Amino acid sequence: MTVEALYASLGLSLPELILAIGALALLMVGVFLGEKATGLVNWLAIGVIALAGIVLLSMNGSGVAYGGAFLADPFARFMKLVALLGSAIALFMTTGQAKLYNMNRFEYPVLILLATLGMMLMISANDMMSLYMALELQSLAAYVVAAMNRDDVRSTEAGLKYFVLGALSSGMLLYGMSLVYGFTGQTGFPEIAAFLSSGGRSLGVIFGLVFILAGVAFKISAVPFHMWTPDVYQGAPTPVTTFLASAPKVAAIAMIVRVVIIAFQPITTDWQQVIVFISIASMLLGSFAAIGQKNIKRLMAYSSIGHMGYALVGLAAGSLQGVQGVILYMVIYMVMTLGSFACILAMRRPDGEHVENVSDLAGLSQTNPFMAVVLTALMFSLAGIPPLAGFFAKYFVFLAAIQAHLYALAIIGVLASVVGAYYYLRVVKLMWFDDAKGSFARPEASLRLVYSLSGLFLIGYLLIGGPLGAAAEAAARTFF
Amino acid sequence: MGLQTLFFYLFAFIAVASAFMVVSARNPVYSVLFLILTFFNAAGLFLLTGAEFLAMILLVVYIGAVAVLFLFVVMMLDVDFAQMRAGVLEYAPIGALVGLILAAELIIVVAGSVFSPEIAKTVPMPIPALSQRTNTAALGDVIYTHYIYFFQIAGLVLFVAMIGAIVLTLRHRPNIKRQNISQQVGRTPETAVQVVKVRPGQGL
Repeated sequence: MTVEALYASLGLSLPELILAIGALALLMVGVFLGEKATGLVNWLAIGVIALAGIVLLSMNGSGVAYGGAFLADPFARFMKLVALLGSAIALFMTTGQAKLYNMNRFEYPVLILLATLGMMLMISANDMMSLYMALELQSLAAYVVAAMNRDDVRSTEAGLKYFVLGALSSGMLLYGMSLVYGFTGQTGFPEIAAFLSSGGRSLGVIFGLVFILAGVAFKISAVPFHMWTPDVYQGAPTPVTTFLASAPKVAAIAMIVRVVIIAFQPITTDWQQVIVFISIASMLLGSFAAIGQKNIKRLMAYSSIGHMGYALVGLAAGSLQGVQGVILYMVIYMVMTLGSFACILAMRRPDGEHVENVSDLAGLSQTNPFMAVVLTALMFSLAGIPPLAGFFAKYFVFLAAIQAHLYALAIIGVLASVVGAYYYLRVVKLMWFDDAKGSFARPEASLRLVYSLSGLFLIGYLLIGGPLGAAAEAAARTFF
Repeated sequence: MGLQTLFFYLFAFIAVASAFMVVSARNPVYSVLFLILTFFNAAGLFLLTGAEFLAMILLVVYIGAVAVLFLFVVMMLDVDFAQMRAGVLEYAPIGALVGLILAAELIIVVAGSVFSPEIAKTVPMPIPALSQRTNTAALGDVIYTHYIYFFQIAGLVLFVAMIGAIVLTLRHRPNIKRQNISQQVGRTPETAVQVVKVRPGQGL
């Protein structure tokens, strides 16, 4: 690579450079100022993410950098903005919570920054090698933050479980990649596609494809690779769960979209079967397994498994509408998740005790009517009831599936969402029609801000849905 | 040619002999020391074939880090090696089978270029001939240019691993006596020396 090419590459990856250098600098700040600097480092980390976002917004056009390893295009920019927003809001919600969860350490924001960097590199990966390394960067930071409250057995168990199963999935992913490399002789996505479209489809490539999809399905916690999700969501400190459930999912979905739509585009019928299977399995398990859950974090884990299934419905269609639907779904999913977790973080008794059971929400309409209204909107939206945002998210992916003649998938999806509505409505019933067991302390301003904004987004989606849909379509047009 | 052959047999013989000693030595510390000898001779073999970078890495990583780590583990942990070795002969047939499979696979891989000679042409980054450029220089040509992206991300991954290890294990214990050099140096005779008049027969 020439010096000029290297400079051009650095320019294309400027937001990533800002995050990387920011993380290194903030670690120095934390080390020199000690534990008392946690708050400062947290706010500075949000500032670094905001700066990277502003730089990202000012970029346009597309280009390949670092000899084909890194790709900057409209799709990557859109998804990166969503992921950055998710990380920034997750950090923002941590500001007042870190002490309460015994994770008041300056390394936390630094690790989140590095995980965010990993997500951005995942979204931009244009080569099997860069995909794997970016995924590891993000996952490794996620394993550590899951075990952040190291004196808590649940948290360390969550970290260990996540790490061991994550290593297993990385192994499967690598095995698939090596098979694909062995049978195509290429690691770059466009080169793999070129080889496959010139009649390179063979049994070995299909095997590799299935292993790659299995490895990636683990990262988005799709069935049958979902086993870690409920335990990790429940065990990790709630601010960490908030992070794990939002931005990394967006990045992983973006990555899976790019792998199948670019690299394996010539063998669409092959990956479509796999995606349809994991999509149906995730939707069904997400709706049925959540019914018996008593812990609201476990409930959200099963809910997120189900939502990944719905998002994959759009991908299974493999069309412009489908990818647009996936993008919209992930944006709306992230807003709903962040809002729900803001409410969960606010479930704190006046004596400071955190409660996590669904039944603790009983009578919320009497003790905190505003939060009850917001949480009701969130639950209705998660269930997919019009005119809230969650309805449109599901509408677009099912529409794309029907246009692609995947009728069975769409019908099963709609039926699964009816089943899923049951447990969301149970939460609503508890809040409005049951007697209060105890009140909650007044939530912190940051939490109130996040859940209010998220509720506003869901209720007002009819007004902002147009421009957002157009932006998602422009992003999806990158591929078609 | 004669000298090279001589050294090949020297390194190969010591490597095989010390590998045998690794499994047969009674004292586990001797085992680890023989392991280091095996590594060292393997590095010599690499050097003979012109792979000087691998030889250096073997010395630095395997002897400098891994083997020393083994030595620490063996010395620090209370493992009863005699008990562990008790049933070693029972596993010998399986061990031999694994060795045989490994040898067969190695032969197949090395002989791959005989079966399909065109494989050598599809290498994306071919290394120049050894007479033109050494291994280390050839690696340096691409690792900081063509593969700089991967190199940097690998660095960041290791960085996360380091932060993670510290976050999850380091505990700041209060009430531990630590050396404070500036405090030591800053002492003056006034603060350090105290003149006490001791009355006879009374003590302090």
